[in-house]
Amino acid sequence: MKGRFAAFLPLGFIASMCIIFSFWLPLGVYDDDVVFWKQFPAAFITMLVGLLGLAVAPYPIVRLVALLIAAAALIPLPTAELQMGLSASGFWLALIGVALFAWTVMADFAAMRRNRWRDILIPLLFGLLLVYLWQAIVVGFAVPAVLLPTPTAIAAAIGNGAATLADDFRQTFLKAVLAGFFLGNLIGFATALLADRIPFVQRGLLPLGNFASAVPIIGIAPIMVMWFGFGWESKTAVIVFMIFFPMLVNALAGLNAADRISLDLMRSYGASYGQTLLKLRLPMALPFLFNALKINSTLALIGAIVAEFFGSPTAGMGFRISVEAARMSLDMVWATIAVAAVAGSAFYGILALLERAFTFWHPSYRAQN
Amino acid sequence: MTTDVMGAVFSPRGRTLPVVTVVAAILVLWYLLAIALNWSQVEAKLSAGGTPPAVSDVVAGTWAMDRPVLPAPHQVIAEFWKTTVEVSPSSKRSLVYHAWITASATMLGFAFGVILGMLLAAGIVHVRTLDRSLMPWIIASQTVPILAIAPMIIVILGSIGMVGLVPKAIISMYLCFFPVTIGMVKGLRSPDPLQIDLMRTYSATAWQVFWKLRMPASVPFLFASMKVAIAISLVGTIVGELPTGASGGIGARLLTGSYYGQTIQIWSALLMAAILGSVLVYAMGGIERLTLRRMGSRA
Amino acid sequence: MPSDGGTRLLGVPAPAARHEVGTGVAGDVVIDIRNLSLTFETADTPVQALSDINLEVRAGEFVSLIGPSGCGKTTLMRIVADLEQPTGGQALVNGMTPAEARLKRAYGYVFQAPALYPWRNVLGNVTLPHEIFGLSKAEREEKAKRYLDLVGLTGFERKFPWQLSGGMQQRVSIARALSFDPQILLMDEPFGALDEITRDRMNEELLSIWHKTGKTVIFVTHSIDEAVLLSTRIVVMSARPGRIVEVIDSTLPPERSLETRESPAAVALAHRVREGLKAGHSYDD
Repeated sequence: MKGRFAAFLPLGFIASMCIIFSFWLPLGVYDDDVVFWKQFPAAFITMLVGLLGLAVAPYPIVRLVALLIAAAALIPLPTAELQMGLSASGFWLALIGVALFAWTVMADFAAMRRNRWRDILIPLLFGLLLVYLWQAIVVGFAVPAVLLPTPTAIAAAIGNGAATLADDFRQTFLKAVLAGFFLGNLIGFATALLADRIPFVQRGLLPLGNFASAVPIIGIAPIMVMWFGFGWESKTAVIVFMIFFPMLVNALAGLNAADRISLDLMRSYGASYGQTLLKLRLPMALPFLFNALKINSTLALIGAIVAEFFGSPTAGMGFRISVEAARMSLDMVWATIAVAAVAGSAFYGILALLERAFTFWHPSYRAQN
Repeated sequence: MTTDVMGAVFSPRGRTLPVVTVVAAILVLWYLLAIALNWSQVEAKLSAGGTPPAVSDVVAGTWAMDRPVLPAPHQVIAEFWKTTVEVSPSSKRSLVYHAWITASATMLGFAFGVILGMLLAAGIVHVRTLDRSLMPWIIASQTVPILAIAPMIIVILGSIGMVGLVPKAIISMYLCFFPVTIGMVKGLRSPDPLQIDLMRTYSATAWQVFWKLRMPASVPFLFASMKVAIAISLVGTIVGELPTGASGGIGARLLTGSYYGQTIQIWSALLMAAILGSVLVYAMGGIERLTLRRMGSRA
Repeated sequence: MPSDGGTRLLGVPAPAARHEVGTGVAGDVVIDIRNLSLTFETADTPVQALSDINLEVRAGEFVSLIGPSGCGKTTLMRIVADLEQPTGGQALVNGMTPAEARLKRAYGYVFQAPALYPWRNVLGNVTLPHEIFGLSKAEREEKAKRYLDLVGLTGFERKFPWQLSGGMQQRVSIARALSFDPQILLMDEPFGALDEITRDRMNEELLSIWHKTGKTVIFVTHSIDEAVLLSTRIVVMSARPGRIVEVIDSTLPPERSLETRESPAAVALAHRVREGLKAGHSYDD
């Protein structure tokens, strides 16, 4: 066990030194008095406990707990009255120490044998670290909220504006995005089937599809708003145009994916076009179709929100972003972005789960890295 | 010679004829749609005199409106011609001027994004902790519609004094580092384990393995993702130009066109955007072919 | 010299022992190939994949096609299966054209690769042809289970193809080909991708299956030992252009095992096959 940590001994050593040196350095200025660690005895003790745990604990789980304790020690230090900035050298040094320790804990987990928790824990820890540093830097350097709000301010905005955010979500996601996603994928897939039946059409459409991938299709948003009005219909139209070609290109690739031998086998059974399509070519095409669906989920959300910049009723995520940005109330903007991020990730995640259910047989799932 | 050309166009596997046919079909549909969408306005205007207008007059009118619902192709081309060839490239009315603003921000953002992507990929492949902690977030980052907040980022950076090329380039960089990272990670990991073992028998350092084996093996993946990246970079730049603070660029043209109801202007800006996108991707493809040929590929 | 349509270099009489066949009348001509040719048009010069092939296959025989790559053995079998069209001559299967025979499900095809569907389990794969032919669910499963038993895979019905070894996957493929009781079995180097030990076992199993079912088998291989062990007749082919060099009737007894390969008769047979291959310039170039 000692051996596994040996590689990180230098890093852990540096981290410990950072924290220990910080005890002699100032934490900021309060009413022209320089403030030190000893004015925060509770935080000081907590930090010592955490440091001890990180230095000697043998098991990664114990080190994780010690890390959380050490990180918790720093949280009460920046207060509204304390002036920090560059004068709080002790604080920043301790923060660096905690961050380095976090890295070593992540490295410990990364070196462990593969288990279910490991793959979720490490990115989670990394994300928490980023949020932690974000909060510390914004508060410590007194970054104006106009430029970048703290994570806690954003959380507060989400809580306060929950009703508005829910309305926006309904307008943008549940109406425009879902309708556009469904319609666009359906039309794209139907066109692919048509092109499969008529090779002439396929040879004509495929080069156009590749051309279209280079074109910023989102530019038709103003035109769609002009044609379909401010409501969700125009956003759906934009989405349909944006996701049509990715679905078409992927569906065609999928329909052509069946190998020669399997097609010959179907022919030897005297199977009809429909039977071959249903029993062989469509299952073979599923990995490609899901690839397109995942790409399109992101495109659909982006298309809806950007299209709302060009005109929308008094609700909608894009509308909210542009209006609140113009009013410089950025915490609401970030709150909307957070909601959009969660919605986008959840949408993608659901598709990924469906993909795993329907294409469990594909080699990419069976290969353990 | 002509028989070869004829064979290429009309052969059963040829692509020229189908593409031309599909494009022609689209143009025909476009003209018909223009008639349908512009009909009511033109008919109302021509009937103002009291006498019902002839069908041919209405049809001709639908293809020659000032502010049509759907401009006819020749109108778009005429406007395009007017704002590119007939105007000096340094004037603010020239589409070439706007295209250049957009293109320069695109290429700058693309360059940043490629460098960032390659650095990240190299880090992820060599440092296991980075792989386990950062990779999931990189993938998750793409489900966040960053494009949607691009205008806001421009506004914020503008309020602290950063205007012009750099903010747009930053947005483009964020958008295009992802495909480059993913592609490069795949590419850097693509060499056969046999090859890696061979390098170990030579006691090669990680640095040597990187430059002699992994980098060359990843070139095809790099170019594939760079073509995607430059298209996305263009989209990012255009959306970044949407806030009213932007003074130039294709996105700004789209916005002013939509504010003033100048539909033909919007369509010609879109045409320029399409041309710009194709030129960039095509140029990237050309560089790819040259590079691969110099590296001995048979394609 | 008896004329039976086959091309023979030496006047070796037909072997006295014939296997009892379960279906069909022994001795009936099942596959009749006359003056068959297939020429591919390529960019430079036309390639004669098959040139003037004449061959008769009777019910219950096990005929091996052996030769170097490019001699047309796979192409010949694909024409019989209506997977390729000849440019000259004709092939008749049970008196019908290959297309009609295909639609009447006269043959089962076993490819070089198992060609199983990874999203279906073993039972689902073996019932695939029946689904297409429209059999009822109960009938499908019953037949499938019977043939899985024949190839020795009872108990594996719910497994997925990637959970089986290469040899087992090929056995599923054979069960699938047999499951709708075709009269003819066409096998294109089915054991080529397997290691020698597995291959020997598969050869033993194939012999036993053939004895039990009495099908007519056409078997493409480039292993002389395999051809000698399995066949009642060996057709030696050669390339450029694809043609039959020699047809050799097997002198081996009907009851065979892996040890039969070491008997003097087998060794002599293998020698004859080798000579035939040499005569067709198969060892040159």
